[in-house]
Amino acid sequence: MSEVKMVPYPSRSIVPERDVNERPVLEAMHLGVNFGGLHAVEEFNITVGKTEIAGLIGPNGAGKTTVFNLLTKVYQPTTGTILLDGKDTSNMNSVAVNKAGIARTFQNIRLFNNLTVEDNVKLGLHNSIKYTTLEGILRMPRYWKGEKESHERAMDLLKIFDMQDMAKLKASSLPYGAQRRLEIVRALATNPKLLLLDEPAAGMNPSETAELMNTIRQIRDDFGIAIMLIEHDMNLVMGVCEGIAVLNYGRIIAKGTPSEIQNNQEVIEAYLGKQKEA
Amino acid sequence: MKNSNNAPRSNFLSNISKTTRSNFITYGIIIVVYVIMQILVNAGAVSNLIRGQLIPICVFATMAVSLNLCVGILGELSLGHAGFMSVGAFTGAVAIACMESAIPSPILRLILGMLIGAVFAAIAGVIIGIPVLKLNGDYLAIVTLAFGEIIRSIFTNVYVGLDSAGLHFSILNRIKAAEDGKMIINGAIGLTGIKPIATFFMAALLLLVTLIIVFNLINSKTGRAVMALRDNQIAAQSIGISIPKFKLMAFVISAAIAGAAGTMFAENYSTMLATKFDFNTSILILVFVVLGGLGNIRGSIIAAAVLTLLPELLRSVKDYRMLAYAIILIVVMIFKNSPSIQAKMALMRSKKTARKKTKKASIGKEA
Amino acid sequence: MKFLSNLINGISLGSVYAIIALGYTMVYGIARMLNFAHGDVIMVGAYICFFAIYSFNLNPVIGILMAVVVCTVLGVVIEKLAYKPLRQATSLAVLITAIGVSYFLQNMAQLLWSANPKVFPTIINGSIKLFGGELSISRTTIVIVLVCALIVVGLSIFVNHTKMGKAMRACSEDKEAAQLMGINVNKTISMTFAIGSALAAIAGVLMCCAYPNLQPTTGSMPGIKAFTAAVFGGIGSIPGAFIGGILLGVLEILGSAYISTELKDAIVFLALIIVLLVKPTGILGKKIHEKV
Repeated sequence: MSEVKMVPYPSRSIVPERDVNERPVLEAMHLGVNFGGLHAVEEFNITVGKTEIAGLIGPNGAGKTTVFNLLTKVYQPTTGTILLDGKDTSNMNSVAVNKAGIARTFQNIRLFNNLTVEDNVKLGLHNSIKYTTLEGILRMPRYWKGEKESHERAMDLLKIFDMQDMAKLKASSLPYGAQRRLEIVRALATNPKLLLLDEPAAGMNPSETAELMNTIRQIRDDFGIAIMLIEHDMNLVMGVCEGIAVLNYGRIIAKGTPSEIQNNQEVIEAYLGKQKEA
Repeated sequence: MKNSNNAPRSNFLSNISKTTRSNFITYGIIIVVYVIMQILVNAGAVSNLIRGQLIPICVFATMAVSLNLCVGILGELSLGHAGFMSVGAFTGAVAIACMESAIPSPILRLILGMLIGAVFAAIAGVIIGIPVLKLNGDYLAIVTLAFGEIIRSIFTNVYVGLDSAGLHFSILNRIKAAEDGKMIINGAIGLTGIKPIATFFMAALLLLVTLIIVFNLINSKTGRAVMALRDNQIAAQSIGISIPKFKLMAFVISAAIAGAAGTMFAENYSTMLATKFDFNTSILILVFVVLGGLGNIRGSIIAAAVLTLLPELLRSVKDYRMLAYAIILIVVMIFKNSPSIQAKMALMRSKKTARKKTKKASIGKEA
Repeated sequence: MKFLSNLINGISLGSVYAIIALGYTMVYGIARMLNFAHGDVIMVGAYICFFAIYSFNLNPVIGILMAVVVCTVLGVVIEKLAYKPLRQATSLAVLITAIGVSYFLQNMAQLLWSANPKVFPTIINGSIKLFGGELSISRTTIVIVLVCALIVVGLSIFVNHTKMGKAMRACSEDKEAAQLMGINVNKTISMTFAIGSALAAIAGVLMCCAYPNLQPTTGSMPGIKAFTAAVFGGIGSIPGAFIGGILLGVLEILGSAYISTELKDAIVFLALIIVLLVKPTGILGKKIHEKV
């Protein structure tokens, strides 16, 4: 795959050329958090273009998931600003951030285990289903309409990963890879502007990973959204990401295109070690 | 064929009809059992003992359904459910006593009384819900327990009298109604002078309405959101589901149903002590829910019916009833959470191989 | 003078709560479970001591020792049979089981020893008069407060300065990591239950010395209140349990003296709700983050 041309963006970052005239979906500035004096993340600056696939990589414990937790307000940042599609998220909690447009998956899968696959997806659609609790209890026409639409929408979304047949299964009964895919579907159901994927390829074999890579691009194209992912599988990261940020000890040590990152001496030493690239 | 356009639609229909079918079977069971019992009662084929238990069974089944909404569906343990029941019992009974001259129809009075009981219990639910929202798990359970005890202490010290001058109300200070009136709540003596207006029909109807509300709630987006909180709160927030909103909603609906059941219960007797709604009653309802299965609404009803009737029929067992309940709680919980038991079984099976391995390893270490 | 007398009574009651709360707080800190049956272990301890003194005419000290031994064994057996299989289960399942155990103990006691209240024999006689006889403090009160102080100091030393104590602290932080470091987690949890239950036995005897009315439900209310005390002070913290216990005892006695005897339980529980609202982690508690 030919590399996308990345161009400089005013706030010391780069975005794909096609997104340069659009408002970036995410701008994080001077983001930082400390836990009892430990600076888990500091001076985190990143800009993600409207339809960019961005990668966040770094050794274990570098603070990658913490960045996701800051962006989704699982933790409140101690410093810095997050602009989501130009909107300041300082006063938002996790729920508000999701409604504003960030959806995520989790490194350690967090599904609603006792519910069916379909219900998991329908929960993602929750805020777009338009009927009230009372209308639900009284089974008013809007209830039937809302349930019918959400069922159809859920099935469409499951089709992305060809999981329609699993709709009636309990989420906990799915194999590991399918659980990861279901988490992505559930996140997509919330109709996000930015999708955060935390190690989407963990536990997948090379052919599954290759398929996932295509799906990630497909999702970006079909939904017209930005995706930021954390991943240890370098084939996936280098294959699918347009811009990559490298995190070490809570700080960004490099930003650039895949080829820039691959040739960055500091990254090679800090992250890949002194070993030669295979 | 799988991908044809009709597939999702037919799936949708089959899905709806499947859960609906199961719900309607439950409604059917209630109605059929009611009709059979009513016929038997009319034919005089039912002993006084059982006849006296018909309304309590419906009330406790309703309580079990309501607690199951809280414990099984929301996943939060309430140890003060009898507290909500007593709020409903006392407020509802007072309301019914006040309406006695204004509304001659006992059925209408009972319905209004239950609504008032439900509203007050719901208010109590909101009040207790505020601290509850900030808490989880064990802490929440203890707060609900504390709430139940507070309610009990308050109601044992409340005096309400009704006479020609109107309603008199007092906490702690003993008061007396005028000559032409009567005391409705008389401190530690509790509710007095009730003219029982509860009927088996109304009690069965209460259970049925409760079931319809709870089933419809569970199978709606609200119910899904509540169950999502039970399964994973962080994930629920990440997809835009507010924890306080749905926790409070489930809690308050559960409390309101308990309140209505409380009114019905009080209206079945001529007197009612506040101590009737103590911690033991909360636990009793919890036993119904646990035995019937957490989240299993139909199970709760059956467990409530069986465990209310059984000790009455087997008087000799009565001494051991509470002990049996305790054992039910322990055994069912350990068994239902079988992953650990299954793991143990698996461990036993693989013990042979494991023992060999550890032997090898320890030999290796020594060397 | 009346106030001082109430205050002293409050501290005495609070000391009993503190000893019970220590058991709660240790078990909660290490096994992350609310041992609802803890209060009923107190009751069992008191019964054992009662029968040792009353039926077998044994020396009260031997009675207390017997109570400690029986309760220790009981605590460990309960943990092994009821709680250990549920180590991985949800807190809801564990709590319901613990309530079951509590109920089991109460009803077993009722079957074995009947529901009729027993009058606990006087073990410690006499009282000290101060201010020309205006203030009288019973020796029981003094013993209770001293025993409580001794236990708190002893337990703090044990937890902070012994190998077992270190293992306990490690398990309370992270059981898996502790296991990887070669700490026997099961043994540590058993040990915690043993200590907690032994303390419960002592608390039971002391409580019945001060309030000599013994029946199968004797332990449940103090048990719940002691849990409140543990939450008050910050669950998992030994000094917290002490402070919480004393505060709660004083609050209860002063509340029943100056507000209403009938509503004393309501006052205590209202305090619990307020504490949880204002500072859910208690006075000395730490906040626990869920890892995402």
